[in-house]
Amino acid sequence: MTDPENTVAVPGAPTEAVLDRDGLDELVRVLVRRGRTVIGPTVRDGAIVLDELESADALPYGWGVELEAGQYRVRRRADQAAFAHSAGPQSWKSFLHPERVRQWSAERRPDGVLSVRPEAPQSVSYAFLGVRPCDLRAIRILDRVMGGGRYRDPAYLSRRTGAFLIAVECTEPGATCFCVSMGTGPAADAGFDLALTEVVDAAGHRFLCRSGSPEGAAVLAELPRRDADEPTRAAAASAVSEAAERMGRSMPPVDLRTLMRDTLEAERWDDVTARCLSCGNCTMVCPTCFCTTTEDVTDLTGDHAERWRRWDSCYDLDFSLLHGGPVRATPRSRYRQWLTHKLGTWHDQFDSSGCVGCGRCIVWCPTGIDLTEEAHALHQEATRTESAP
Amino acid sequence: MTPQTGEPAGGGALDTLPAEHRGRLMALAHEAAFPSTTRIFEEGDEADRFWIIRSGTVALDVHVPGRGRTVVETIGRGALLGWSWLCPPRHWHLGAESRGPVLAWEFDAAAVRSLCAERPDLGLALVTVVAETIGDRLRATRTRLLDLYGPPGSPEGGAGP
Amino acid sequence: MTLAPLPYRVVDRRDETHDTVTLSLEPAGEALGPFAPGQFAMMYAFGVGEVPVSVSRIPDGQRLTHTVRAVGAVTRALWTLRTGAWVGMRGPFGTCWDLAAARGNDLLVIAGGIGIAPLRPAIDAVLAEPHGYGRLNVLAGARSPADLLYRNEFPTWERPFSTVTVDRPDDDWTGRVGVVTTLLGEAHFTPADTTALVCGPEVMMRATARDLIHRGVRPDRVQVSLERNMRCATGHCGHCQLGPLLLCRDGPVVGYDRAEPLLSVREL
Repeated sequence: MTDPENTVAVPGAPTEAVLDRDGLDELVRVLVRRGRTVIGPTVRDGAIVLDELESADALPYGWGVELEAGQYRVRRRADQAAFAHSAGPQSWKSFLHPERVRQWSAERRPDGVLSVRPEAPQSVSYAFLGVRPCDLRAIRILDRVMGGGRYRDPAYLSRRTGAFLIAVECTEPGATCFCVSMGTGPAADAGFDLALTEVVDAAGHRFLCRSGSPEGAAVLAELPRRDADEPTRAAAASAVSEAAERMGRSMPPVDLRTLMRDTLEAERWDDVTARCLSCGNCTMVCPTCFCTTTEDVTDLTGDHAERWRRWDSCYDLDFSLLHGGPVRATPRSRYRQWLTHKLGTWHDQFDSSGCVGCGRCIVWCPTGIDLTEEAHALHQEATRTESAP
Repeated sequence: MTPQTGEPAGGGALDTLPAEHRGRLMALAHEAAFPSTTRIFEEGDEADRFWIIRSGTVALDVHVPGRGRTVVETIGRGALLGWSWLCPPRHWHLGAESRGPVLAWEFDAAAVRSLCAERPDLGLALVTVVAETIGDRLRATRTRLLDLYGPPGSPEGGAGP
Repeated sequence: MTLAPLPYRVVDRRDETHDTVTLSLEPAGEALGPFAPGQFAMMYAFGVGEVPVSVSRIPDGQRLTHTVRAVGAVTRALWTLRTGAWVGMRGPFGTCWDLAAARGNDLLVIAGGIGIAPLRPAIDAVLAEPHGYGRLNVLAGARSPADLLYRNEFPTWERPFSTVTVDRPDDDWTGRVGVVTTLLGEAHFTPADTTALVCGPEVMMRATARDLIHRGVRPDRVQVSLERNMRCATGHCGHCQLGPLLLCRDGPVVGYDRAEPLLSVREL
């Protein structure tokens, strides 16, 4: 696992350099040679998705996205930028915390004795290329949820441990982005092995590359590169700081945890419920939503059983089932559970917000519900209630 | 009414009354002892008395044709036995029977009502105590209506885990 | 191992009522760590599924005792198990009754229905150390005399007050009739120095806690055992959330000072 504290460079290894496209090509080759399964963005089915990359050619050079509440479109860009797009329908949780995993198998022997075999740890060694700062934070949040408590989840840890993370700072935020409000981007500060900042200007198409770990520095040392120059540094820094000014969305400037705690009975929940279909899309695309349920299956003999874990959603009626029926029977209570957990009680459970400001839930909501708009409305209602006589 | 040894502190229904009110009421009380399975009153009879139970248990029952006497609630130490004396038509709604030996303070309802008429402040305090008892029993009854310990969900649903 | 169940064999089954059984289990090999009163295990019925079940007695050694009421597919499968059958067990999970905080206090153990099961190990622990605590009161409510659990054990708990009350008496019932809170007026306790352990349906626990606090028991000394849907018991599945709490981790036993604001929000 990337150790954010361990940023001391290997002696002689570069900590900063400039790469061209051939440097990126070589980066993928080097990682594959090192036995890594490289996952990164690529264009497929009218979207920029995350998939295994055989080479850097598969990166979405020249593609951008147009985002709005309930809308997602890829579009051609005038330039050949590889990372001038924001979050797509998937996130890295699809790889670290897959939709469906087998947890163990059990046999009932002829004499009736039960034997249980835990699932062998996954042997995959991932490299994630193009991790946005918001998603980098999402991985850190999942680390805490799945691996930071009393019980550590082996399925997650076997995929996460040793994963090589290549962050790409954000220079082209979408209309639904609000990482600045959540304090997660657009710059990448720590928690990566390598961080890239893409620069496309009169001086050419290049990537400022920084190492954040000894392994990152070692990989960088193998790439064709040139020393980082001041104009590239300045162009990269201004592209990131300008991105911070172009966030399409923002959260109300209040303590969201307190806001969520104190507005559980707000009228706004009725308003949003009139629009919410309880489809659970927001939970599927959210890079931190981790909830799962279990499935117990047997084969036809009835003597071989397996426990599978699959993603679940708090919008599902069965999610809160208790004896006679669901605790959260109304869509109102289920939307409230999702939002107050994400922005509020996550702090109590896992010491941080569960939201990283990626905007996926806004984009992929079929009715365009925007959590930033809901938070603003809750804040306004709370303010009105306070000032009322 | 000073709690006797073995009587729980704060258990008596009249304990929340101001000392002066309690003293005036207790002056009207006399001790009553009911051996086991004594019928203390019967449904439909005139409700001319009430009791504060000092020890033992009293069962309140209803006569159900074909089933006989059916116990609907039991009350114990400290409880007020009887409130039908307060409001017309002043007939008992239930029957009452001692379960084992019962010691109680017995009050003559007419005398208490005259005291209340004479001392409206005491009357209000006493009615509040009685209302509290009625409220407690109503809440308890409503809780039992929920059948909380019954089988969850429908028999076919198998709703539990 | 917390994810894969360990095999345990049913070495004894005792039918408590028409739908409730107490199973005694012994491990095939490796055993689960020691349980504390109030904690629970995940019990796996082969091929059917897994349910959380509190430990209902903590014998010496490696044996586990759980009382199961058949209310759904998994609990019905567990309920049908005969001696010699095998189950999978994970645990121990969750918080326990805080008996350390109750030392020197009068104790009210208040149960509704099958809620007596998670409380029985706490009663055992108090009885094993009679000088560690003040007066012990056990108050239990049940639907009918036929639904009473551990009926034979009540006489051994009489120190100084132990009473069962039922909602629906039969003709032979000579005990108390009514909700469990009606017994509070007769229990022996000094409210300011009392700890209450309460387990039963949520409505019963709320009514009981309100009554106790009204009588002067400190809200943080009213410990309740809460229940929500539970899938993993290791804090990873998200099902058992009650506001800020993950009940598999922060519960099931929670002080009423924390539980009250959460239970008062509908559908939280």
